[in-house]
Amino acid sequence: MTLLQIAEPGQSTAPHKHRLAVGIDLGTTNSLIATVRNGIAVCLTDEQGRARLPSLVHYRNGGGIELGFSAMNARIEDPRNTIVSVKRFMGRGLADVAHIEAMPYVFEETPGMLRLRTVQGSKSPVEISAELLRALRERAEASLGGELTGAVVTVPAYFDDAQRQATRDAARLAGLHVLRLLNEPTAAAVAYGLDNASEGVYAVFDLGGGTFDLSILKLTRGVFEVLSTNGDTALGGDDFDHRLYCWALDHARIAPPSAEDTRRLQMGARAVKELLTVSEEAPFRLRLDSGEEVDLTVTRADFFEMTRPLVQKTLVPVKRALRDAGLLPRDIKGVVMVGGATRMPHVQRAVAEYFGQEPLTNLDPDKVVALGAAMQANALAGNRREGDQWLLLDVIPLSLGLETMGGLSEKVIPRNATLPVARAQEFTTFKDGQTAMSFHVVQGERDLVSDCRSLARFELRGIPPMAAGAARVRVTFQVDADGLLSVSALEASTGVEASIRVKPSYGLTDDEIATMLRSGLENADSDQTARTLREQQVEAERLLEACTHALDADGDLLDEAERATINALIARLRQLTAGNDAVALSGGIDALARATEDFAARRMNRTLRSALTGHNINEF
Amino acid sequence: MSVTLTERAAQHIAHFIDKRGKGFGIRLGVKTSGCSGMAYKLEFVDLALDDDLVFDSNGIKVVIDRKSLVYLDGTELDYVREGLNEGFKFNNPNARNQCGCGESFTM
Repeated sequence: MTLLQIAEPGQSTAPHKHRLAVGIDLGTTNSLIATVRNGIAVCLTDEQGRARLPSLVHYRNGGGIELGFSAMNARIEDPRNTIVSVKRFMGRGLADVAHIEAMPYVFEETPGMLRLRTVQGSKSPVEISAELLRALRERAEASLGGELTGAVVTVPAYFDDAQRQATRDAARLAGLHVLRLLNEPTAAAVAYGLDNASEGVYAVFDLGGGTFDLSILKLTRGVFEVLSTNGDTALGGDDFDHRLYCWALDHARIAPPSAEDTRRLQMGARAVKELLTVSEEAPFRLRLDSGEEVDLTVTRADFFEMTRPLVQKTLVPVKRALRDAGLLPRDIKGVVMVGGATRMPHVQRAVAEYFGQEPLTNLDPDKVVALGAAMQANALAGNRREGDQWLLLDVIPLSLGLETMGGLSEKVIPRNATLPVARAQEFTTFKDGQTAMSFHVVQGERDLVSDCRSLARFELRGIPPMAAGAARVRVTFQVDADGLLSVSALEASTGVEASIRVKPSYGLTDDEIATMLRSGLENADSDQTARTLREQQVEAERLLEACTHALDADGDLLDEAERATINALIARLRQLTAGNDAVALSGGIDALARATEDFAARRMNRTLRSALTGHNINEF
Repeated sequence: MSVTLTERAAQHIAHFIDKRGKGFGIRLGVKTSGCSGMAYKLEFVDLALDDDLVFDSNGIKVVIDRKSLVYLDGTELDYVREGLNEGFKFNNPNARNQCGCGESFTM
């Protein structure tokens, strides 16, 4: 049963026609899903009231999967089949992933994107991410009581086209309609309402469990541009836990702990860290399996001292990002804090000192990205509220260009161009009598093509033989509102033309995606079909009952022709209800509902008149 | 004639209006929904109209247009939680037939 939410004035939707939209923060360590309810962005929780879903997928020996919290133990017991931090593999080849030798997985190299061999066969990062997204979608549908209209999924600002496309595919595979991919720092800024604030440059300081990202955003006329990003993929809250763990080993004078004791000590360290954000000192007390006891007291000063180098380390990417953007700390108008580790007081203090202003911390830093994504999703789904300025536009995250002689990249569309965009540039032949040209489309900021990401290659043939440099080939890059790139080349004198629609470079063709989509849906498919049909049947029965009742009571309001039409539609709907074609049934419901609209209005007036008869208007 | 809010519903509405940053109260209403059924309407109110009646219930201004009141007289609006789902529920004594979905009814 649907429970009602409060709509903006004049924005009430018809029953069963709610535009349910969600924002999803698909994180390396944790993922969250949020929506706007009664005008407020909130994270949706699981049955235990937990908002975060640990980004873990365990493929069980013998079939079935475990996700999130229930896969935590499998991480230790069955590491090979428990995929942690799958986000690091999205749209990446083996060569792109750092420290791959230290990971417990069996990798397969396939064109473009790596795959992981599990006990349930070869899985692509897209499929693994889709499992997480599907779980979140199901949570949202249970919480909101209906099917989702669409979702905004966040990605790191530095994600390239292949990584974004992989994220989009994963969402599609999970049965989500992606309204937009949104940069994580932009989502955080939206959650703080900076898009409605004055124009200026903002910094987003994102210290998560295992990664650190700093983004410099510029807001102009409702468009957030990413001026620069920098970070450290091996710095996060876990490192603070680890320092505390080492300190405890040092001070408790215990023997090197077993694997199980190590885990306990690490969890103890995390608890102490969290306690120290609210109190001046915390007990570190544990009885280990070995029989030894740890009984220590950690003061805030101790903790700050032992982790000072880590805090200092965050400032390095901050300085680099500012330098890349050509800015000074005082040019920054506001600093948004994202990620649970930014709760630590000494991290906040270091940021405040560096930028000369207090950072924004009043929203939950673990949820702020998901909340911003939900607000954007709500607006994109058409639930915008009066006076809202929702002009947030997407930008190209990394420059798009062509390879030129010497393996250099010539940028055609610069980074941060707002979508949709089209740019053209002229190129010419290199040799006398050259009749064909080969184009290599690349993405990235670096000058050498080998440092950029290859997106596509195509050829233009049929150029008439001319002296080198005489042919004029106009190459047009076009990126549509969905971020999909097409490139065309036209030789001016002859009109010969060639073009390509750039597919994600990691080697998944549309057919493969379609196949994955099908196989992913197959299990759930029959259930889903049955459910949809059943829902439609219930709706049809309700409508039939209501119409019959209305005809009995107020049939005299209709003339013969109207009555005949309605009767015919009722008969037709009865027939459809008995069948099992959900689509036809839905059409039958709509048809009858539409045909009785006018009748319903007449009935309402009659009821109203009779209710008012004999009463003075002031009585009401 | 009157329409009331449960205390729980009133608390939630107060919270939502506060978070929204503006609002005079809450509008309850009905509209025809295609078939002979009627659907509930629940909206924030920034401005009451001439045709509106305003009640006070548990500290919240409840705004209803005269036409809708006929259908809603005696209704109590509650805020409930069902599994993962939570939201407002109309307890309407005039409704003869509740649709299973909770959003529409017939008289």
